[in-house]
Amino acid sequence: MKEGYREVIVYSNKQIASNIYEMKVVSDKDELRFEGKSGQFYMVRGWESLDPYLSRPISICNIEEDRLTFLYEVRGKGTHLISTLESGHSLEILGPLGNGFNINIKGNIALVSGGIGIAPMIYLAKSLHANVDFYCGFRNEIYYIDEIEENVENIFISTEDDSKGYNGFITEILKPEQYDVIFTCGPLPMMKRVVEMCKGKVRVYASMESRIACGIGACLGCTIETKSGIKRICKEGPVFYGEEVLFND
Amino acid sequence: MTDLTVNICGTDLKNPVIAASGTFGFGREFSEYFSLSRLGGISSKGLTLNRREGNTGIRIYETTGGLLNSIGLQNPGIDEFIENELPFMEQQGTVIMANVGGNTIDEYIKAVDKLNETNIDIIELNISCPNVKKGGMAFGIKAETAYKVVSEVRQICKKPLIVKLSPNAEDIVHMAESCVKAGADGLSLVNTFSGMAIDIKSRKPIFDNIIAGLSGPGIKPIALRMVYQVSKAVDVPILGIGGIMDYKDVVEFIMVGAWAIQVGSGNFKNPKVTLDIIEGLKEFMIEEGIKSLEEIRGII
Repeated sequence: MKEGYREVIVYSNKQIASNIYEMKVVSDKDELRFEGKSGQFYMVRGWESLDPYLSRPISICNIEEDRLTFLYEVRGKGTHLISTLESGHSLEILGPLGNGFNINIKGNIALVSGGIGIAPMIYLAKSLHANVDFYCGFRNEIYYIDEIEENVENIFISTEDDSKGYNGFITEILKPEQYDVIFTCGPLPMMKRVVEMCKGKVRVYASMESRIACGIGACLGCTIETKSGIKRICKEGPVFYGEEVLFND
Repeated sequence: MTDLTVNICGTDLKNPVIAASGTFGFGREFSEYFSLSRLGGISSKGLTLNRREGNTGIRIYETTGGLLNSIGLQNPGIDEFIENELPFMEQQGTVIMANVGGNTIDEYIKAVDKLNETNIDIIELNISCPNVKKGGMAFGIKAETAYKVVSEVRQICKKPLIVKLSPNAEDIVHMAESCVKAGADGLSLVNTFSGMAIDIKSRKPIFDNIIAGLSGPGIKPIALRMVYQVSKAVDVPILGIGGIMDYKDVVEFIMVGAWAIQVGSGNFKNPKVTLDIIEGLKEFMIEEGIKSLEEIRGII
């Protein structure tokens, strides 16, 4: 049987860029270690009340021994409340959930992220045993790059305001033909573009995002359309084979 | 000895806690977290005669004290349910309710006819899903329309028939009376309230279907009032539904006349909430010296 929501303790929770936070949690039980693959996520609840009603899905950014790291963007009330949790406070998490990335793939691999889509890439780069290049696009402020450096060969950065790296979108400097497989996570238009660029040439796996209610595949609230029918992001995903996904505008 | 059992339309439930339709799938996902045999029963995801892909666009939208949903009755259809899902449900050691929706009376009849030949315990007729254009809820608003569909289904239905009412009915008491008159063996109430939300930046409704269904703890006081009124008017078992989050909510529903209850959106907050509710209810009954649910049923 899987464990339901369990209590964990905030080890650290700090702002690292505007609206971007890094939270590390530890278990209050010594024997308990965190499980999970890159691309999987946890439902996170850091408040007692029924408002917000639903927990927030946050992907695994890193797992180090007994420590689980979440890198998250404050977007609404739930993530704001999580950002206010101080060291020593408790919160509840359910997971790991979803399928995660296939880390057994060999060859030349590119990771392509946009914005907070960098979060699952940290643990992914660490888990892969292959030649990995990392492409990360940001709107303006760049963050968390140094956390991935030691696990990748090359890092390519873009910003939309010319503050660092290439001035423009990350997809404009991506050269898909150099790679056997591409893993991507970020805004929908970016992932759509990556899939288009790679169509028929390079396999792409995209980590999809959605509003998620139950997180375990029961409510059918987080579905996407694919070539093989409606799929649940929280259960069959969040990682999908890019060419399978029907990217609706 | 504390007795949590309850008999609903001839079927014995080991406790009054049923997982509500549309929030529990066919139980598979939850069976990874606990033994479903602990539950009083499971009401299946809403089934239609033919497979439905459900609605496009955003399907879930959080509100203060609950959520709006516009899933649109995504389901595999009756045949696939019977072939692939029901065998799993039958092995779980709990009472199975098949929740059936439809666009036309003919669809309801054909679907129920197929379920007649299975081992399901109870049919829950969904005349109230707000998320299907032209269908479902059209039957749940006017008592006369509901009477027609329930009485026609009743004629061919070989299983106990519970009708799930919409809180959007013109007059919930009149609606309940009409369904019972048409042959319903029991009633479950309430389904979701019609609601909506707007994206003020894009100046468009959040949902492709515009109107969605509101559930969660925010609706509980209204649901409770409706169960109270209906229980005074009819003599059939009532399953109370609406924002139940803990055993205290259950006790309230039973005190206003519910025989059993269904937990819906609560399952989204915590997949094991039903277990907490069953345990909490048992402890409360011991503490209060309540030997059976009948003692407190309808005391308000």
